[in-house]
Amino acid sequence: MTAAMISRPVYPGLSPDQYAKTHLILCEGEGAAAVLDMAAKAPKEFFSRALILFCPAGTGYEPKLAALSPKSLWVLPTIATAMFRLRGVLATATMGTRVYAAGTEPFIGSVLQETLAVGIDHKSVFTEHRGSAKRRVQCVHCKGCTDDVTASPFTCTHCGLTLFVRDHYSRRLGAFQGVCVDAEVPGEVPPVEELYR
Amino acid sequence: MSAPTEIRVRVAEAEAVTPAIKRLKLVPLTSTPLPDFSGGAHTVVHYTDGPRHVRNPYSLMGSPFDPSAYQISVLRVPDSRGGSALIHDGVHEGTEITITSPINLFPIDRRARRHILIAGGIGITPFMAMTAQLDREGADFQLHYAMRDRASGAYWKLLKSIYGHRVHTYFDDTNETLALTRLLDGQPLGTHLYVCGPAGMIDWVLKTAREAGWPEENVHFERFAAPPPGKPFQVALARSKRTIDVAPRESVLEAIEAAGIEPQFLCRGGACGQCETAVLEADGTLHHNDHYLSDDEKASGKKMMICVSRFEGARLVLDL
Ligand SMILES: Cc1cc2nc3c(=O)[nH]c(=O)nc-3n(C[C@H](O)[C@H](O)[C@H](O)COP(=O)(O)OP(=O)(O)OC[C@H]3O[C@@H](n4cnc5c(N)ncnc54)[C@H](O)[C@@H]3O)c2cc1C
Ligand code: FES
Repeated sequence: MTAAMISRPVYPGLSPDQYAKTHLILCEGEGAAAVLDMAAKAPKEFFSRALILFCPAGTGYEPKLAALSPKSLWVLPTIATAMFRLRGVLATATMGTRVYAAGTEPFIGSVLQETLAVGIDHKSVFTEHRGSAKRRVQCVHCKGCTDDVTASPFTCTHCGLTLFVRDHYSRRLGAFQGVCVDAEVPGEVPPVEELYR
Repeated sequence: MSAPTEIRVRVAEAEAVTPAIKRLKLVPLTSTPLPDFSGGAHTVVHYTDGPRHVRNPYSLMGSPFDPSAYQISVLRVPDSRGGSALIHDGVHEGTEITITSPINLFPIDRRARRHILIAGGIGITPFMAMTAQLDREGADFQLHYAMRDRASGAYWKLLKSIYGHRVHTYFDDTNETLALTRLLDGQPLGTHLYVCGPAGMIDWVLKTAREAGWPEENVHFERFAAPPPGKPFQVALARSKRTIDVAPRESVLEAIEAAGIEPQFLCRGGACGQCETAVLEADGTLHHNDHYLSDDEKASGKKMMICVSRFEGARLVLDL
């Protein structure tokens, strides 16, 4: 695994940017706990300049996030709806806005995709990985993306091929690569391993 | 092999744009076209005239879309070691000189939603090529160009005539100053900032941008740094088994080149990292003048950038 790890993204963890005029914070599920941890390190007035977009993903962090008294707190049911709202916020956001993202890898990847599209370098986004190790995987054959992949190989939800999850990550797509395992002898598939729980 | 590709060129035009700034148009000697470059790139000019010698980097200011010639502009720096003065005095229409293939340490970030370019004095040169490129690509850009006065500013009239209201000028003699904090306020997210000019101006822009909450990934700069003078010293080269004297107004790189050894270099200004050299022994103090090594690396004393850094002490041994 080690050689291919090179293209694995790194998530250094959230820390408050002392100079930012607006803090645009995106969190999903257990990612909310990373925001609460950051709150312990942040100056008092930090959250008065914070906009929080939260996908609960079955967790109950909403009251705790609300208790931080952010300027706005939006609770959104899915990553897709959160990204739609993020796009709206980014369209009118100005420089001096710091973006933070915390949650699972597919969530962070989606945020980085949206921010990259408006010219924000991935290194400028403060990220922290929390929660499940599930991955978003793109099938190299049909180009369809499958979210919430926890095992390898898995079945592509778009074309039905059996895909092996490679440790090769595309920042542009916010996804890992999935390659057909039984291309040589159809049906000859190695045992499924639960890897990304 | 270790040196960058050298190209022989002829000066096709030499124009005094202002009394202190000379523009050169360089064309290849053979039918081989000049290598492509992008806005922000520079070349290293190499020219010898008897005892006088120059090997300095200069930004390419012509359009990246004109493959027939390169253009550079050279400011005459008074009280210097005289490289720029030699280009002013000794290089004319018809002179043949050697340049290196272009290298870009100050490229445009194409992901940007908007580009804000800030130039001070001769720092306008990389932006001449960048504006041509941004304009051609239909990008959203604006140029803020500060000069001492109307007479010493080289290209403001030309730039205004091409790009109109996208060019903002500021003249020190009439106390016009760039209201930077206000300019940075409210720019759309994804705006990138570029600055080239005197060291004090670059430091001011970097600090102002940081305090306005701009991520460092959105702020780009190029320092026209030259090797600073200092005390003379000796350097021992372990691999070539030679000891070389470095004069007060000479860099280690220049002294080694004068001895016939050709270490690698690209920028000769302490920015690219190409001339990084392992220090095997240093009984004394290394003066790190580069912008490349991290503070930790500088403190370790294990490497130095020989294009700009110096040494003071009893003995310095380099892995060369
Ligand atoms: C990437 C890059 C791009 C560049 N592009 C351009 C360009 O487009 N146009 C341009 O004109 N220049 C450009 N420069 C700067 C250029 O390379 C030279 O540094 C400049 O022309 C001065 O060269 P020089 O040989 O005359 O002076 P140098 O002797 O190299 O001196 C340079 C500086 O050192 C100081 N200095 C040297 N000796 C002394 C002394 N005895 N006492 C006090 N101070 C001293 C002076 O402050 C002087 O400004 C660029 C530099 C870099 C790194
Ligand atoms: S040649 Fe670029 S740092 Fe020395």
